[in-house]
Formats: sequence, structure tokens, C-alpha cells
Amino acid sequence: MVTAVAAAVPLGALLAAVAVLLVEALPAIRYDGWHFLTGSAWRPGNYYGNPVRTGGVLHPVGASYGALPLILGTLESSVIAVIVAFPVAVGAAVLVVEKLPRRIAGAAGFCLEVLAGIPSVVFGLWGVLSFGPWLARDVYPALTHLPNVPPLDVFHGPVGAGEGLLTSGLVLAAMIVPIIAATTRDLLRQVPETTKEGADALGMTHAEAFRTVQVRWVRTGVLGALVLGLGRALGETIALALVSGTVLSSATSIYGTMTTVAATIVSLLDSAQTDPTGLAVRALAEAALVLLVITLGVNVGARVLVRRSARGAALPIGAGF
Amino acid sequence: MRAPAAVPAVAGGSGAPGRAPLVIGRRRRAADRLWWSLCAVALALVVAPVVWVITGVVQRAVSGWSWSVLTTISTGVGGGLANAIVGTFVLLVGVGLLAGLVGLGCGVYLAEIARPSWRTTVLRSASEVLSGVPSIVLGYVGYEALVVGLHWGFSLLAGLIVLSVLVVPYVAKSTEIALGQVPLGYREGGEALGMTRSHVLRTVVLRSAVPGIATGVIIALAISVGETAPLLYTAGWTNSYPTAHLLHAPIGYLTYATYTFYDDPYPAVRALSYDAALLLVLLVVGLIASSRLVVHLSQRYSPERSLGAGRRSPRPLPAGTAEAGVAAEGTGSL
Repeated sequence: MVTAVAAAVPLGALLAAVAVLLVEALPAIRYDGWHFLTGSAWRPGNYYGNPVRTGGVLHPVGASYGALPLILGTLESSVIAVIVAFPVAVGAAVLVVEKLPRRIAGAAGFCLEVLAGIPSVVFGLWGVLSFGPWLARDVYPALTHLPNVPPLDVFHGPVGAGEGLLTSGLVLAAMIVPIIAATTRDLLRQVPETTKEGADALGMTHAEAFRTVQVRWVRTGVLGALVLGLGRALGETIALALVSGTVLSSATSIYGTMTTVAATIVSLLDSAQTDPTGLAVRALAEAALVLLVITLGVNVGARVLVRRSARGAALPIGAGF
Repeated sequence: MRAPAAVPAVAGGSGAPGRAPLVIGRRRRAADRLWWSLCAVALALVVAPVVWVITGVVQRAVSGWSWSVLTTISTGVGGGLANAIVGTFVLLVGVGLLAGLVGLGCGVYLAEIARPSWRTTVLRSASEVLSGVPSIVLGYVGYEALVVGLHWGFSLLAGLIVLSVLVVPYVAKSTEIALGQVPLGYREGGEALGMTRSHVLRTVVLRSAVPGIATGVIIALAISVGETAPLLYTAGWTNSYPTAHLLHAPIGYLTYATYTFYDDPYPAVRALSYDAALLLVLLVVGLIASSRLVVHLSQRYSPERSLGAGRRSPRPLPAGTAEAGVAAEGTGSL
């Protein structure tokens, strides 16, 4: 059956990808051990000296691959993105469903699809040329004047030139807003009219009805969309390669330059090929494997949550993807 | 109409007895206003980046625009984007065919042919999981397996395969949903005429699912247009037009120009980066608009419209009826 073969393609591709990554990463896993997840130094070593053999793996002298800064950068920027995107997306979805006339709601839906469809390289270009510099000039200096008390003191420090952790998080937020907003909108539309009428009859205001009644209908699905957005943010590559600053260390402040696993793979793969022992390329395979494990865990979690709520927008935003 | 005593003044703690205002008091009214203003701010924050990104790209591109960008090839110190434009369209046609056919087959199998079992659950889940794999991971795998492992070099076919793997889940999913929405009466009508099941599938069911499938393919194309990470190390880049060779010949595409040229020392090359970004935005917006058009037209001209049955919102059949049983069996668990 031709269709059965086609149906096996996604599974086959998935298994092949995991197999290729495992085989490629094996020497690096043997060389790095757990140090890969806990170490902070990413040094390819001396390509021009004679390579040496440690534990059966040929490597340049001084090679050390610790991916902790990359993993931290990935998690930090994605968490910022979710914290910013979630309230914005939910608020916008509530307004679109409950207040706006159909025609304007349609226009807002088109806006969401365009936002979801804008290529990530264009987001990156915007972030590095317009948004980031604007933040560093007009927004970040103001943030440093926030009171120096525990949750707000993270905003203290040198603001830099606009490439860094907070800028990355904000650009990511713009990219994942459509996923959360579209799902929330579709879920809110499925809330039975009678429950809203009941809240009305009890004399609740719109806002009260939303927070007591509708929230209960959409809670799980919206949470799933949030995690789905997180998954997208964790795997985003090109936009972050442009706005993160791509330095191989953790951000020293919330404005500091950093990098992520995905951005490191795309920006280092070229130069990694000059490693005569091939270990640099293998270390990137190991990084890709770590990224795959993180994103798969997050996505599977999201799908379990969001299962019940798949249909709607033309772009696969909110449609279980 | 007076509000009953049990309404909490500030919602959240549903069980807590409220301060029992008899009319909507000033505080509750203010809270309501604040709530809606916050929602309005949120919507503004969603719309603002769309407007800013697009106007920003248009401004940068238009200020240095010349029409020769569309007709000349890149030179490394300037030139145009003709090679990248043609390359992008070649990739689009290829992905449309490859991912379109594979995704169609996958969707048809899961929705129509396979009996729902653990096997279809595994296949469907694999497709969903695949759609969550970061594109750079697929790009890396494509590079190691196809470009290096199979000695294909930077090539059209390597780029095509990686892009197609990336978007097949979207086509499969929309095909499956579209097939699930084909009214049961169509199948019954076909079978009542004595057609075999596969004949009904080919002539009746697939045809009425075409708009949904087309939408899925268009969305897959919109995603492909915007991808950079999976192509950088599979399709490579070249300053010349695409050749007829599937292997050992790199190919240009627009996202590469935007990604690589934006901080080039030559102003003419930087301008190409902005021009490519503008073309990308135009392509994506055009594709999204055309997918909306397909949905709109299919609703306007769908045969059920005259019969009064809503195609987009199929009413669930009452459980326990014979029809509901057949529907559940025929379309799987959509």
C-alpha cells in the first residue's frame, strides 16, 4: 500500500534522526561524559597540534565541551518569552472573543496568522536592527531605575547594545504569542453560551464571569498551549542566532549577551568542520541530541494537555501543532 | 435586576463570601474597566510587532530598492536576488510535490484506510512529535546523513528532503481533518450506487476534501518559505541560478540572503538582505491570504450550503444512533 508507506514516513524520519544523532554523538558522549551537561567551558582545543587519544577518542589537545551555558541560555530566554507572551496572548484572545465585532475579530485573526507566519530570520533581522537597539536606547535604561528589591533587582546592570538575554526573550515572545493566543481564542469560543448567561444572571460583570466561569473551561487547554509555545521557543534557531549575541557563556545580567543550543549549532557547524579529529562536529551532535530531548519532553507534555482542543486557524497555530 | 448577595466582589476565591453589593458598585465597575483596558493593551501588544516588523522591512527595502534585484543574480559584492528567488520557487515546487504527496498519503491512510488501533496511534503520535522537533536538529541530521554520509554534497535534493520531513506532519494533519469532515451521506450515496469503497474514496470523498488538503499544503509552503536553519547546511548557497542537477549542486534561497548579508561590509549586499526579507514577507502573507481564500471559496460554493448543512461545524451525531456508530468506525477518532 502506497499510503501505508507514506504514513510510516514521519515515524521513519523520527527514528532515523534519533539514530543518526546517537551514532554521531557517541564519541563526544564518551569523551565528555556528564561534564557535557555540567561544564561551562566550550573549547575546541588546538586544531594545529597533534591530536591525542583519551578513552579511545581522538581529540585536539585542550578540547573541552561543556554545554551548560547553552542549555541555561535556552531555558532562560524561553522562560522569559513565556512569562511575557502568556498574559499578552490570553488578554488579546479574551478581547477578541468577548468584545470585538466579528469583522474586527477576523482581522485580528489574520494578524495572528501573519505573526505566526513571519519567517524567523525576519524576526531576527527586526530584533537586531530595530527592536534591540530601540530597547537598549529607550527602554532598558528606564528599567534600571526600578527599585532595587528582590524581584525587580534583576533589571539592574549594564544595558548593553540591545543584543542579549532580555531582547532574545522578547523577540521569542512575539514569535510564540500567536500559538497561545489562537488556542485560547478557539477554546473560549467553545465555552457554552449558557454558562455565560448563568454568570450574567448572577449579576457578575464580564471580568468576574471570565475569571470565575470561563477560566474553568479553558484552563487545561491554555496551559497546553503555553507549553507548546515553550517548546517552540526552546527550538528557535535563526532569530536567536541574530539577537542573542552568540557568545559561548551565560548571560551575566538580564541584558547580557548569551547563546542557546540551537543558535550554537547553526553558528558553529561551519567552523567545527575544521577540527581534524571531527570531535567538534560530534559535540554539536550531542548538543542537538540534548535539544531534541528537551523539546520532545516539553512537546509530549503539551500534547497530552492540549489533546482535546485541536481545530481552527489556517496556520497550524493552536491546531495541536 | 439586583445582584444576589453571594457574588464575590473580586472573583477568584469562589467560595469566599463577597462584600455583597446590591448593585455593581464603583469598585467592581472600576475592576471591570481595568480588566478590559488590560485586555486592550494586550491586543495592542500583539498587533504592534506585526505592524512594526512589516513596516520596518518595507522601509529598509524600499529606500534602496531597484527592480534589477529581481532580474540579476548575486555577485558577492552586490548584484540581485534572481538566483535566490528562482531557487526559493524551485524548493517550493519540490516541497509541494514531495511533502504534498507523502502528507496526502499519510493523511488518507490514517483517516480512511487503517482501522484505528495502536498502530495508527503510534503513527499519528510520531507525526505530531516530528512537528515539534526543532528545525535545526533536522538540518543537522540532513547534513550528516545526506550531505556528508551519502556524499550528496550541498544539493537541492538534500534541502528538499529535510524541508519535506519538516512539513509533512502539517499536510498529513490537515488531510486527516479534511477527510473526517466529509459528510457521511457522500460515502453512503456512493456505496448506494454500487461503487467500491476505494472508488468512493477516490472520486467522491477526496474531491470534497480538496479545499482542506489544499489549505494544508499552502500552510506547509508558507512554513518552507521562511525556514533557514534546515537549509543552511543541506541546500548550501550559490550565486548562480539553480541547475537541473538534484545532487552535488547547491541552490540559493531568500532566507540565506537575509541571514547572511545583513551585516555585510558592502552596503549593496546589506540592501539585498532587506530586499530578501521584504520578498519573504510578501510571499508568506500572500500564501496565508490564499489559504484563507481557499477556505472562503470552498464555503461559498460547497454543495451542502444549498442543503443547509454547515460544513465547517459538523454537528456531533447523537450517541447510540446507528449513524454515529458508523461515523465513529469510518473516520477513526478525530
